[in-house]
Amino acid sequence: MPTSSLNFRAAILSLTLLVVGLLIWEAAIPAQKAVGELTEYELLTGAGQPKAGVPPPSEVIAKAWEQLSNPFYDAGPNDKGIGIQIGYSIYRVLVGYALAAVIAIPLGFLIGMSPLAYKALNPFIQVLRPISPLAWMPLALFVIQDSEASAIFVIFICSIWPMLINTAFGVAGVREDWVNVARTHELNPLKTAFTVILPAAAPTILTGMRISIGIAWLVIVAAEMLVGGTGIGYYVWNEWNNLDLTSVIFSILMIGVVGMGLDAALGFVQRAVSYAE
Amino acid sequence: MKPFLSVENMTQRYPDGQGGELTVFEDATFGVEKGEFVVILGHSGCGKSTIMNILAGLSDPTSGVVIMDGTEVKGPSLDRGVVFQNYSLLPWLSTLKNVTFGVSARHPEWSRAQVIEHSTKYLAMVGLEGDVIHRKPSQLSGGMRQRVSIARAFANHPKLLLLDEPFGALDALTRGTIQDELLKIWSGTEQTVFMITHDIDEAILLADRILLMTNGPYARVAESVEITIPRPRNRTEIIEHPNYYAIRNHLVTFLGKRSKEMAGQKTGEGSNRPTPVRIDTTEPEEPENAPPALRAVNE
Repeated sequence: MPTSSLNFRAAILSLTLLVVGLLIWEAAIPAQKAVGELTEYELLTGAGQPKAGVPPPSEVIAKAWEQLSNPFYDAGPNDKGIGIQIGYSIYRVLVGYALAAVIAIPLGFLIGMSPLAYKALNPFIQVLRPISPLAWMPLALFVIQDSEASAIFVIFICSIWPMLINTAFGVAGVREDWVNVARTHELNPLKTAFTVILPAAAPTILTGMRISIGIAWLVIVAAEMLVGGTGIGYYVWNEWNNLDLTSVIFSILMIGVVGMGLDAALGFVQRAVSYAE
Repeated sequence: MKPFLSVENMTQRYPDGQGGELTVFEDATFGVEKGEFVVILGHSGCGKSTIMNILAGLSDPTSGVVIMDGTEVKGPSLDRGVVFQNYSLLPWLSTLKNVTFGVSARHPEWSRAQVIEHSTKYLAMVGLEGDVIHRKPSQLSGGMRQRVSIARAFANHPKLLLLDEPFGALDALTRGTIQDELLKIWSGTEQTVFMITHDIDEAILLADRILLMTNGPYARVAESVEITIPRPRNRTEIIEHPNYYAIRNHLVTFLGKRSKEMAGQKTGEGSNRPTPVRIDTTEPEEPENAPPALRAVNE
């Protein structure tokens, strides 16, 4: 009972903070003068045109309602529903991320199990890891010659490192005793890898995967601003060019919500594979 | 004729970190008969665990050989089951699955149902039944975990069962209960057991023969003490057996005094075989306060 009451009180507090925050925001936005209040001079110099400004939350909420009630409309290249834009972004992230996982996890196993491989590959990892994924973009665009694939490549290159390093770390840290259990039961190396080392290292590997998906979602926005065409990053930049700050704020919120969803999905998997010693 | 398990001239040296070598033990030579329960007693650092790892095939000696049932021990094998001090259960598997893990490795041809039935039977033998077997090891007490580990080892019917201080991490009361259970499960089989312990009373209760190790470096298996107390034994009854304190005093004296005096002595050439010792006060009549009869029998 104390836990549920704690949750309840926390929810009340969150809600209060939200409402207070929105009210302050709403109050802080100066209302635009109605056309009737303007002097003739002001009207002649264009002050009657709607001014660009940070919109109040009420407008953002109205925008969100409008967008979310029809998220998948497609009215030409520069006017697609938020659902379609997010769909493109998620698709790119998942493809790049999956490719990274397919390479990083087996390679991480190798590095974790073989001190030779660790020592030989470590310098490459240490040099490549700190490179901003966007720095790869020009090279990717030139070599791949396709903006879509380049964006996927950038996701691939940014999500590979945390998975690789965590897999290697997790595999190298598997308790000697558990490996000895596999050895005294005469398990072959493949069976040992799948029945002992993989489950033992899974929580650490999932930690890496969770960091990776977070980074990938951060990077896709920037990558899509560069490559353009579709995607939530492109959408934000396009609305900035349209000076539609209401849509910008709405899409920022959507980026946050989707990012939270991706993290929660991996968090769920992480809890499923974790174990208490 | 060679014993079932024969350790011949086993030597272990490690680099001491200063360019030299540290000899843990040298030319250790001893045997274990089939069906025998042998306990090795000695202070920490005398190389007991090293001997255990070599017998398990988890590490190789610097020189010397271990021959079991006519073949040389090379690498780990299902023929040598190990119960580790820290249980070594796989924490992501349930209790039952920790046992089926071993059983299906031993009998890959068995059906799933057969494996589960066999595993459940051995878990029941150590007193784990019902809901408990579906719990994860982290939800079990230390004593229960070690029971699972013992069940896993016995269920595989290894030719040799190696117990590496199996009760070291348990409290005295739990230890007593599990010792009884180990005796019960062991007496129903013809299992050959080689066990390490620090605990003298535990050694007397369980063993047919106790190997005494001197302190390192140059540790050696100095004596092989026969436990002349008939089976079945019981923790509360053996202390009343006339041989109990005679044997116990001998062991205490060895560990307390002689193991230090004999430490670090290089014994020179040849194999270091333990001296067989048989203490039996029930044969000749002994006056009440006389020192325990101690007869070293050279074979």
